[in-house]
Amino acid sequence: MKQLVAAFLAGLVFAGGLVLAGMTRPGKVFAFLDLTGDFDPSLAFVMGGGLLVYLVGFKAITRRGVPLLAPRFLVPTRRDIDGRLIVGSALFGIGWAIAGFCPGPALVAAGAGRFEALLFLPAMAAGMLAQRLFTRWLDRRVLSAHT
Amino acid sequence: MESFTPIASLVGGIVIGLASAALMLVLGRIAGISGILNGLLDLSRDDLGWRAAFVGGLLIGGAALWGLAPETFDFTIDRSPGAIVAAGLLVGFGTRLGGGCTSGHGICGLGRLSPRSTVAVLTFMATGFVTAAIITHGFGGVL
Repeated sequence: MKQLVAAFLAGLVFAGGLVLAGMTRPGKVFAFLDLTGDFDPSLAFVMGGGLLVYLVGFKAITRRGVPLLAPRFLVPTRRDIDGRLIVGSALFGIGWAIAGFCPGPALVAAGAGRFEALLFLPAMAAGMLAQRLFTRWLDRRVLSAHT
Repeated sequence: MESFTPIASLVGGIVIGLASAALMLVLGRIAGISGILNGLLDLSRDDLGWRAAFVGGLLIGGAALWGLAPETFDFTIDRSPGAIVAAGLLVGFGTRLGGGCTSGHGICGLGRLSPRSTVAVLTFMATGFVTAAIITHGFGGVL
């Protein structure tokens, strides 16, 4: 129960940060990405602020061996750069510029009842499910190429 | 025309960083929204609870803030429903193939000095910049 309350509060605060930062306004996100148009550099400050806090916080937090309400820290360990990382991120960037939504702000805007976000979210979920099928197909091909 | 909001955006970024750090401190989890959401699409998982609670916080936060300041959700770009759906598909597919989005790779990944996240962020920023330029100059800002 404590874990659920903590996760809920973290989500609530995260939503507040996104709104304050201006990231729930797709026009503002687009103005950041549109270097050659009406460029608005505000989002660099969002990234800078968040990164600075996490950089310091992550080091301090993981120094304590275990989290407060969980058995261990679950942190990604992969360090290899592969084609999936690059192609996936490239496609994400294209979608991000088209709608001005990345996953977090889309959820917050859906909570606010924005029509565009309510259209975007199911499509995003469908994209996630499609990726599973694609990856499974790709894995099978890679496997059969090795045997 | 969007105005430059360095202070609000910096403070917003700090708040996002604090919420992400809190999730690591309390639950030992990376605050990557696409990954958290993707986990919710797998009903057999045994960790649906905190994922649903976090997403619930985002949704209810959005509802509450809409009540306080509805203008913070103005859409202001000219996009057809088809373009929004296509963008959703790309974001869902891309973030999972690439293992993260602006939060997981951008804040948490760069904050851990992860080489994978550094490449991911440089890549999605690059395609984001190019796509935006194409939309503005090739399509007159309308999709």
